[in-house]
Amino acid sequence: MAEKQTVVAIRNVTKTFGEGQDRRVQALENINLDIHPGEFVSLLGPSGCGKSTLLRIVGDLTPPSTGAVQVNGKSAHQARRDRDYGMVFQQATLYDWRTVSKNVQLPLEVMDYPRAKRDQRAQEMLRLVQLEEFSRHFPWQLSGGMQQRVSIARALAFEPSLLLMDEPFGALDEMTRERMQLELLRIWSQTTATVIFVTHSIPEAVFLSSRVVVMSARPGRVAGEIEIDLPRPRDFKTREHPRFFEKLTEVRECLHREEARDSAK
Amino acid sequence: MTSAADLIPSLEGELLPGARRSRLRESFRHYLPAIVLFGLGLAAWEVVVALFQIEGFLLPRPSVIALTFVRELSVIFPAGLFTMREALGGFVLGCGLGLLVAFATARWQTASEGFMPFAIAINSTPIIALAPIMNNWFGITNPLAKMSIVAVLVFFPVMINAVRGLTQVDDAALELMRSYAASETEVLWNLRIPNALPFVFSAFKVAATLSVIGAIVSEYFGGSREALGVYISQQAALFHFAEAWSAIIIACAMGILFYLCLLLVERAVMPWHVSLRPTGD
Repeated sequence: MAEKQTVVAIRNVTKTFGEGQDRRVQALENINLDIHPGEFVSLLGPSGCGKSTLLRIVGDLTPPSTGAVQVNGKSAHQARRDRDYGMVFQQATLYDWRTVSKNVQLPLEVMDYPRAKRDQRAQEMLRLVQLEEFSRHFPWQLSGGMQQRVSIARALAFEPSLLLMDEPFGALDEMTRERMQLELLRIWSQTTATVIFVTHSIPEAVFLSSRVVVMSARPGRVAGEIEIDLPRPRDFKTREHPRFFEKLTEVRECLHREEARDSAK
Repeated sequence: MTSAADLIPSLEGELLPGARRSRLRESFRHYLPAIVLFGLGLAAWEVVVALFQIEGFLLPRPSVIALTFVRELSVIFPAGLFTMREALGGFVLGCGLGLLVAFATARWQTASEGFMPFAIAINSTPIIALAPIMNNWFGITNPLAKMSIVAVLVFFPVMINAVRGLTQVDDAALELMRSYAASETEVLWNLRIPNALPFVFSAFKVAATLSVIGAIVSEYFGGSREALGVYISQQAALFHFAEAWSAIIIACAMGILFYLCLLLVERAVMPWHVSLRPTGD
């Protein structure tokens, strides 16, 4: 029964890179994590803590060294074959030769949607990210933030149950970044997707998430989990809310505790 | 909110009649130095030949070449067409084969590992040296002899560039396809081929020049009486250099025309490419 309430179940996952005693790097050590339907979970940690690796293992882009990931009750591999994942990378990774609308349709073409359905979905998704009037433009005619919105539209076009986002706003300037965070929450509120969001920005993680998973480095492991019970819908005022600061502090302290333990070793 | 002001000015704005006229003027101004330099060069040539009394058979004056060109046009123009046909035939043959092998090589790793070292080695040998042998194989007046030289000449740059374009694909773009559980065929059509187009077109442009050179030079080793290369070598042997120069002008014009046609095709096939984007100010 409990399994049914879990979208992603990460069990005893470890990941080691490289061969041989001295060159081997333990990227992840014994990760256990459950993610529930409709959650917005951030993986937060310093660079080198393996948060992106963990996301890639969930998305079946890299195999774990040991342990297993279950997605919707299936193996991660099967979930990828069933097209349960929408992915957004740090770079928008739009195809230069496709217009904005055609980029959004890319997964739909691969998945053999009929043309009429593709057009209609692309239009809906572009309306959702408020880029309807740019559907015939090419990616290079858009700003970085707009490109990333197209990439979110593309990821959601085939209604995946799980949205995996790997530092999607990492390449944007601070102003665009805050605007994009609001956008993302608005878009997410109109879907039923569960989100796993990798970031190294504490305010970003707190602002967006329903739960922040704090990770520590060398080897990467889960240092703590913090529920973010700030009310939704969240807006720019949320960032000025006293609870927001309390949660920021809580997350920061969790990170620092880990650092202190690291240097004590 | 992001607004339209974030955009690079779009093409529509530049197609107004007034804007178009000013663009024409703009491009005229752009090419003016080249035109002036060309005219000055010809004038200097004319003057130097007259001043130093250089013999006509060594370096004919441009004015003499121009007159000869007009007189000989009925001979050298058909000869140029004949040679262009060889160049084009070889171009199509060589590029076609190059692309085919490139697809196979990009698809099967072992084929690539076995084949590429040879391809690179052969690419750096002077293939034009094969011309007398090909003349022997196919018969000296058979256009196929020249086409096969041209084909071998253009095969390697096209193949190597196409392989590069098909395999040097952005990792994230590939992972995106992987996340859709896309088949290798879908990756090929949606990602590898569009990615290879710029590589292939730059190879085509090199190949266009190579094919004209290849056809003419292989005709120097003998060929049909109607061929431009044969005409040039015969006129040169008779010290008819004004005639030879006229034929070279035809060769030049045809080479440039070929290149321009490819540019147009490139523009039509990949209007999205970086090199073709309007430059915003």
